[in-house]
Amino acid sequence: MTAPSPHSPPPGRTLTVRREAGDTVNRRRLSDLPGWLLSSTTVLILLTIWEVSVRTFDVSVILFPAPTRIVEALVEGFTQGPFLRHTWVTLQEIIYGFGIAVVAGLLVAVWVSSSRLAEKIVLPIVVVLQTVPKVALAPLFLVWFGFGIESKILTTALIAFFPILVNATLGFNSTSGDQVNMMRSFGATRLQILTRLRLPTAVPSIIAGLDVAVVLSVIGAIVAEFVGSQAGLGYLIIASNTSLDVATMFAALVVLSVIGLVLHYAVVLGGRRLAFWSEENRARSVAN
Amino acid sequence: MHEPVMSFDHVSKHYRGGTVAVEDFHLDIADGEFVSIVGPSGCGKSTLLKLIMGLEPLTGGRIEYRAQARKESAMTGMVFQQPLLLPWNTVLDNVLVPSTLQGRAQRRRDEGRARELLDMLGLTDFAGSHPYELSGGMQQRVGIARALLHDPRILLMDEPFGALDAMTRDQLTLDLLEIWERDRKTVVFITHSISEAVLLSDRVVVMTPRPGRVGDVVDITLPRPRTLDVVSTAAFGEYTRRIRSVLDNAEVVTAP
Repeated sequence: MTAPSPHSPPPGRTLTVRREAGDTVNRRRLSDLPGWLLSSTTVLILLTIWEVSVRTFDVSVILFPAPTRIVEALVEGFTQGPFLRHTWVTLQEIIYGFGIAVVAGLLVAVWVSSSRLAEKIVLPIVVVLQTVPKVALAPLFLVWFGFGIESKILTTALIAFFPILVNATLGFNSTSGDQVNMMRSFGATRLQILTRLRLPTAVPSIIAGLDVAVVLSVIGAIVAEFVGSQAGLGYLIIASNTSLDVATMFAALVVLSVIGLVLHYAVVLGGRRLAFWSEENRARSVAN
Repeated sequence: MHEPVMSFDHVSKHYRGGTVAVEDFHLDIADGEFVSIVGPSGCGKSTLLKLIMGLEPLTGGRIEYRAQARKESAMTGMVFQQPLLLPWNTVLDNVLVPSTLQGRAQRRRDEGRARELLDMLGLTDFAGSHPYELSGGMQQRVGIARALLHDPRILLMDEPFGALDAMTRDQLTLDLLEIWERDRKTVVFITHSISEAVLLSDRVVVMTPRPGRVGDVVDITLPRPRTLDVVSTAAFGEYTRRIRSVLDNAEVVTAP
């Protein structure tokens, strides 16, 4: 076996690679279109298929009402029927419940993250409570607080409380020790470190918690109404179920989805304004 | 030597668990003196600044310093290794953090001064920007402006240029020399760069690691004002060699 001489060229011909402007063919792809256009077109197509299938196969209204039938029920429900009243009740439950959860969640988070004793006592309890399915408490709240709006508000608040508490605590604790030292070196008091450093640092995390909580609030209010109520969209669903008015059930579902969507975007857009400086939001603005 | 403005009297800092960060540290610093403390990482040099600021308690000895100031937090200005700016604040608001902590009225009084400092540090056009729009070097300039806001007599700097690239580092070192020449503040400058210490200082304190003790104190008598040219002089080389040999010997002693 002979060792290759150190300067012998590797076998093969000399290859040349040259790159010039405008080489690649810019084919237009479907995925170049904006996302909202693609997804709303898809939804429209699905709705059309739904409508056409229901009509051609003559599906019973009780099983599967056509989209046009649902829209009819929706318009009728808001103009002549009781939709406005029920929507208002459910909306109140969601907003009050969510509001209580926000205030309580933030207060407990501040308390837990500023006292080591509180952290050691409260956090393990929170971890255990978090595994309890909160909706299962809705019947109990019905017994304690009655058929009115109060039991629904409290069920909603309980469900929304935990994600806010957990995320806010995480946020308050994410302040670096160096930042705290910096503030202290310029004479900041404990309260100033909380309000001027820890709270703003926690904002992105709090927003993430609020986003989870706001969606859970809608679920909480509806489940609580299922358990026992005299008004609300959950009540409407149960009532129309009994009378096999499936179109009204779907209409109530549409209203609920709109409520959830509006609240979600309110939190997300508000959060982007407040936490414009966070890395996550800047990454998003670069991507857009 | 005149009456010292800052004195370390046999200072020691032992952490729970037995780690000795600083042992029997003894040093007097005169008014207007630029003192660097060099040493390898883990020799407790940054701990010294935390002890000065009262961010951690001493376990032995005494630290004393005096300066003309309205209140304690205005006696000293601290620059950290990281800029540690508040990302939701503009550059101007970041410089004004020490004032904001004393209320709105103080902030209003100090805004002019903050803008002057931004001019001096070449950040005039960035007063309304946010930290994430600035390079690392510019962020650290904001950190320096913030430390200078209350015109403290004593400036404490904890490896302020350690996280910067070499060219930015040189530029900021020169800027610091220029700022210091104006009103000759007392500076305690922590660094692990020997040449940076020699270029800037009147005196270099060489610390040996584990436990952090004073290994040697070197008087730097290079003429002022200094420029980067001084780095290539024979005297400069002599100082760096001497400091390096102290550090090298210390390593040998502490090696098992």
